[in-house]
Amino acid sequence: MSKRIIGGLGLLLGAGLYTGSVLAVGPGDPDRGQTAAATCTACHQADGSGKNVPGGESWPRLAGLDAGYIEKQLHDFQAGRRQNATMMPFANMLNDQQIVDVAAYYSQMEVTSAGGGESASDALLNRGEQIANRGDWDKYIVSCKSCHGPGGKGVGSDFPGIASQHAGYIRTQLHAWKDGERSNDPQDLMGAIAKRMSDDDIEAVAAWYASQTVSAEGEE
Amino acid sequence: MIMRKKSLALAVVGASIAAAGVVTANAQSDGEQNAETPYQNLVEMGYPAPQEGQLVHVPPTMADLEDADLHPELKKVIRRGYDLFTNTQQLRGKNVFNDMNCSSCHLGEGRQPFSAPVWPAAITLPNFRGKNQHVNNLEERIAGCFAYSMNGTPPEYGSDDMLALSAYHRWLAKGAPVYPDQPIYGRGFPPPDRPEALSYARGETVYQEQCAICHQEDGSGHYEDGEYVFPALWGDGSNNWGAGIVRTHTAAGFIKNNMPLGQPLSLSDQEAWDVAYYMTRQERPQDPRYDGSVDDMLEKFGPTFHKHSSYGDVREHDDHRLADHANWGEKGEEVIPWNVGVPRFEDLED
Ligand code: HEC
Ligand code: HEC
Ligand code: HEC
Ligand code: HEC
Repeated sequence: MSKRIIGGLGLLLGAGLYTGSVLAVGPGDPDRGQTAAATCTACHQADGSGKNVPGGESWPRLAGLDAGYIEKQLHDFQAGRRQNATMMPFANMLNDQQIVDVAAYYSQMEVTSAGGGESASDALLNRGEQIANRGDWDKYIVSCKSCHGPGGKGVGSDFPGIASQHAGYIRTQLHAWKDGERSNDPQDLMGAIAKRMSDDDIEAVAAWYASQTVSAEGEE
Repeated sequence: MIMRKKSLALAVVGASIAAAGVVTANAQSDGEQNAETPYQNLVEMGYPAPQEGQLVHVPPTMADLEDADLHPELKKVIRRGYDLFTNTQQLRGKNVFNDMNCSSCHLGEGRQPFSAPVWPAAITLPNFRGKNQHVNNLEERIAGCFAYSMNGTPPEYGSDDMLALSAYHRWLAKGAPVYPDQPIYGRGFPPPDRPEALSYARGETVYQEQCAICHQEDGSGHYEDGEYVFPALWGDGSNNWGAGIVRTHTAAGFIKNNMPLGQPLSLSDQEAWDVAYYMTRQERPQDPRYDGSVDDMLEKFGPTFHKHSSYGDVREHDDHRLADHANWGEKGEEVIPWNVGVPRFEDLED
């Protein structure tokens, strides 16, 4: 899977669209990544847990995300394929080697617990679970699990883990796809689904995934 | 784009359904779905609208089962059937010898129109079946998908697992008339019109661009930490050469109406047929009816089945003769599906 991503990047580099370092990129080094991530902790926290910010912009958990997925997102921010005023300046600070290094650093961290699902009602969580694990085919909402994998723990580099991600973040991303503001997903795979979801569906599935735990520890 | 035309069609649909009088709707509407015009969402997505005189049935959901007036023991068995249908991998090594669940091909838990919803079998069987040239009942139809699509061997007729699966099929048919006179809306995998020429090379391009991200470049699908995610389209993890989906038109119908996942009807008819052609010209486990000779197979089953598949064809680009092998996949030589080739009703008078 990551072969394709690297191939895509090669194309970009060749076309001169990307202005960062063109030096050969070595394998990711978590120690160097930790150094490069010094500025990131203000929002994503030292343990990579991010933060659910009710009423504001939530900072996603990066801990335990797939390295290839993190790299793609950082390149997408740099190239403007993914837009976010808060995050873009920080992505732009990184060169290609640092991107690989911070990706290695965050990907090997323990998945942390997420906020935003604590006060959800049972009815909301049940609806969320239904969408996550079985979908709602009458509205052609395919189950999240069929792409994000069993338990929403992620599949390879293309389908990120969404279980134990902050509800506020999941919600804004789904709305961003629905409103056409995020469109950096391969083949519009995510956008096609998000556009069929109601606000209530988004609320429900965000709360449900936020209240799932991925590792043995990380209980709320 | 074509929105305006579609909503126009819808108005007509509403009227014709009312006139047809064969609508059965079981699923509880969840506020946004209007129960009076079933499958309106699908029609808006571009699926054909129900036509006057068609049987339009909306199967009940598992949530409806909780409220249904059925014996609690029956509810348990239906739930077991649902569980087997959507997680058939629990029978891996016993009845299933590939990477599939029933719901890998029958999307939406077997309820979805244009994804071969399974309830029609419960109201049209027993009936004659061309594939095996005799009258089949529901259990025998289910057994067929085990022997071919799951590259396995079915649970015994009347066994707990078989009973549970057939109870689930019947539950989905709740309220639909038995032996209906009308054609059934959304049955099977209806193929789009066949284009003049099919291209393996174009199919391969479509495959790499639109399918490989999930099914992988080599068609082997993807398991994450040993758990099912994306099923195999060919190779040992897939269905064998006797499965319905190896027929090019069935594959094209499946793909056009269901793939890429979440984006049905997004491929052109040409793309759907090309990628189906590409996919069905890859190797997979042998047809369990094979007796050592591809030519014998073509003689016996060509007229009823394999004239629609690439079985025994020689591939242009590498001179490979398809299915000319004795690879049975994971089930090996020991496991022989007990239901294949069993004659029925041979002594009946005309
Ligand atoms: C001022 C706060 C802030 C800082 C500092 C920050 N980020 Fe972010 N980051 C965000 C926000 C907000 C988002 C979500 C953007 C969106 O909604 O699209 C984000 C998203 C991301 C994502 C995408 C995550 C996903 O799940 O798709 C990655 C990767 C990331 N940041 C890495 C970093 C790195 C590496 C640094 C340090 C070099 C950094 N961030 C610094 C706020 C910040
Ligand atoms: C057809 C496949 C598919 C389905 C079904 C699907 N997704 Fe996604 N989703 C993706 C892909 C691909 C991405 C990665 C996008 C990218 O690379 O930027 C993604 C990304 C996401 C993200 C952003 C993650 C992050 O860290 O930024 C969230 C949140 C998400 N999906 C939630 C869901 C939910 C909730 C559902 C079920 C309603 C769902 N997805 C169903 C394919 C899918
Ligand atoms: C590899 C794909 C595939 C898998 C897996 C699969 N099937 Fe099928 N199934 C088909 C095809 C193709 C048809 C024929 C559709 C048509 O009529 O064109 C079919 C038809 C059926 C029908 C008849 C539907 C009707 O309209 O009468 C039933 C019942 C059925 N399958 C049950 C099952 C069960 C139970 C399983 C799991 C044990 C299963 N199938 C697994 C492909 C599959
Ligand atoms: C986003 C991921 C994704 C993409 C892209 C995708 N599929 Fe699938 N496909 C699936 C999943 C998941 C299933 C099984 C459905 C289930 O289990 O719910 C499936 C099932 C199938 C099946 C039936 C089962 C089997 O293994 O034979 C076929 C055939 C198929 N896909 C062909 C294609 C083709 C051809 C394309 C490209 C045009 C494609 N798919 C694109 C995810 C995908």
